[in-house]
Amino acid sequence: MKKSVILGALTVAGLSAGVAGAATLDDVKARGTLNCGVTTGLVGFAAPDANGEWAGFDVDVCRAVAAAVLGDPTAVQFVPTTGKTRFTALASGEIDLLARNTTWTFSRDVDLKFEFVGINYYDGQGFIVPKALGVSSAKELDGATVCIQTGTTTELNLADYFRKNNMSYQPVPIETNAEGQQQYLAGACDTYTTDASGLAATRAAFENPQDHIVLPEIISKEPLGPLVRHGDNDWADIARWTLNALIAAEEYGVTSANLEEMSAGTDNPEINRLLGTEGNLGEMLGLSADWAKMAIAAGGNYGEVFEKNIGENTPIGLSRGLNAQWTDGGLLYSPPFR
Amino acid sequence: MTTFSDPPQASFRLSMLINDTRYRSYTFQAIALIIVIAVFAYLGANLVANLRAAGLTIGYGFLSEPSNYDINQTLIDYTSQSSHLRASVVGILNTLLVSFLACITATVIGVIAGVLRLSPNWLVRKLMAIYVEMFRNVPVLIWIIIIFTVMTAVLPAPNAFRGENATSSMLFGAFAFTNRGLYLPAPVWGPGSLLLASIFVASVIGVVVYRRYATKLLFDTGRLLPMGWPSVAIFFLPTLVFYFLLGRPVTLDYPELRGFNFQGGIQILGSLIALWFALAIYTGAFIAENVRAGIQAVSRGQTEAAASLGIRPNRIMKLVVLPQALRVIIPPLISNYLNITKNSSLAIAVGYMDITGTLGGITLNQTGRAIECVLALMLFYLCISLAISAIMNVYNNSVRLKER
Repeated sequence: MKKSVILGALTVAGLSAGVAGAATLDDVKARGTLNCGVTTGLVGFAAPDANGEWAGFDVDVCRAVAAAVLGDPTAVQFVPTTGKTRFTALASGEIDLLARNTTWTFSRDVDLKFEFVGINYYDGQGFIVPKALGVSSAKELDGATVCIQTGTTTELNLADYFRKNNMSYQPVPIETNAEGQQQYLAGACDTYTTDASGLAATRAAFENPQDHIVLPEIISKEPLGPLVRHGDNDWADIARWTLNALIAAEEYGVTSANLEEMSAGTDNPEINRLLGTEGNLGEMLGLSADWAKMAIAAGGNYGEVFEKNIGENTPIGLSRGLNAQWTDGGLLYSPPFR
Repeated sequence: MTTFSDPPQASFRLSMLINDTRYRSYTFQAIALIIVIAVFAYLGANLVANLRAAGLTIGYGFLSEPSNYDINQTLIDYTSQSSHLRASVVGILNTLLVSFLACITATVIGVIAGVLRLSPNWLVRKLMAIYVEMFRNVPVLIWIIIIFTVMTAVLPAPNAFRGENATSSMLFGAFAFTNRGLYLPAPVWGPGSLLLASIFVASVIGVVVYRRYATKLLFDTGRLLPMGWPSVAIFFLPTLVFYFLLGRPVTLDYPELRGFNFQGGIQILGSLIALWFALAIYTGAFIAENVRAGIQAVSRGQTEAAASLGIRPNRIMKLVVLPQALRVIIPPLISNYLNITKNSSLAIAVGYMDITGTLGGITLNQTGRAIECVLALMLFYLCISLAISAIMNVYNNSVRLKER
């Protein structure tokens, strides 16, 4: 008994640490597919559609990276992860990239040895309550039962928020968003808290979305972004600049509609460098010259990806808000391509 | 004339390690040992090297940091400012609580079902067979989720108890069954309650003493004193009398709907109930089979011999069959208790914060200390299992067939 216990621990530990520092790009190219960690299902961000094809805002990040690296946006193996399993999956090398609305925090970056490659959604934590409850502010939630996904930053923010405001609550720990939705709708908790975007996406999946309101208080900063393992800088660069390419493409007006035309060459040297008609940015990354073009072709530029999956014309109906380009008063800002 | 000489002393040759059956087993054991050590050394070196490469170290310093998360069921004082260590202790207590409750309930269910499965009544026998087969052959995780889901879906939310035309009402004005759990009155210990508690403990001891005396009298003189009603009387009467004499020192705090939830009283979480009952009925089915096997292992002649002495059937079961069956029942019962304790780690499926949920779940996740947390978890379950084994083995020795 004792032996097998230690053996098991060492095996787990050995495996989990065994791949750190390996050249992920070579692995992905050799394998021919990108292993991308996503949520177990959050409509708009990552969920399988009616045909079983994964679709969503985070999924499109995976597809863009796969297109940039392998030239094929469909060469992605999606690995559903929960709040608890995601970091182990990434650290152990089960996935090459985690695109799962994960909050960029100091300890995850520094202590857990991950590398956040950017922010694809600026979010904050909110609360959803049934309208019938008659609550209009999070400050009125004293004594409430709160559904909360375990192992998330939202769990810590929740504890801090109620403590700071001298309120009590009873947590109902849940594992996945689907479970949270079910518990919330059954009335097993008074309110469900997670990132506001997640709440909007969850509410969109309700039978009667208008019976529920998202409270105005946003109690935390939740910069969500894709991340990779610490120590493989080349791979981190690829993921970082693929995301930047999508953001820059929107800024420069490169869309999936005019992509072919633009890639023939334009007057704007920055666009030319981005799309590979000028300079050798792709070569510097160890990719083909048209890497960014392939990434943009996969699902369009950042704005198109946003509008298609979670924008105002989708059931989720999120406005751009903080996620508008810096030129439009938002926070999105890609470093220059030069 | 024959001369005797010592048989030639066969000199040891290296090939005998393989060819000689006397040495062969040692050879293979030695090889196996070397392989095991090599594998361990490889894994250990690999772990150390990889951790160093990743810039990580192993250490338990994180246990003293504030945990920053809340837990819904805490048997000791705990806030989000308490340490991870305290959160782990809360988890350990929750694990022990649900395991203890489930072990007791499973034993009761198992013994009843096991005895009834041998009942001469066809219907009862078949019903118990269906129970055993159904619960034994479906994974316990499924039962936990089924019970929890049914509870959440069927029972009303606290909201339903609110307002003029509430759709649900409390049972006897004291018990509320909601999809968040069961709310029941909590005792409030007033002055004098300590005396009352000591009187209660004394009467419990009194019951035991009386029953021992009655048994001794029966064995010594053959005179049978009544057992049932005096036990009940000793158990309840003194406490009741003193309860009123002392001016009702213990009062009840009834749960009351205030704000979002019922406040006051005791809340038994839905997740605890689901986990407790799922573990109890699932393991109860296994225990029922052990009990049946134990009873069937007692020779039929024993029952017939007892019957020929004119002993009534339920007394035969109590005095003749079950004591002999116990030595067959106890050893597998130990492993069932171990299974309950280990299976309680499925608690996270319903959000019950046991040790796997706190130390192995949230703490692991928030600190990223996977190796440390998992090692500590394994150590905990190992200790608990060994402790249960040890205690149960002491009991097993006491009911073992005495050989004189």
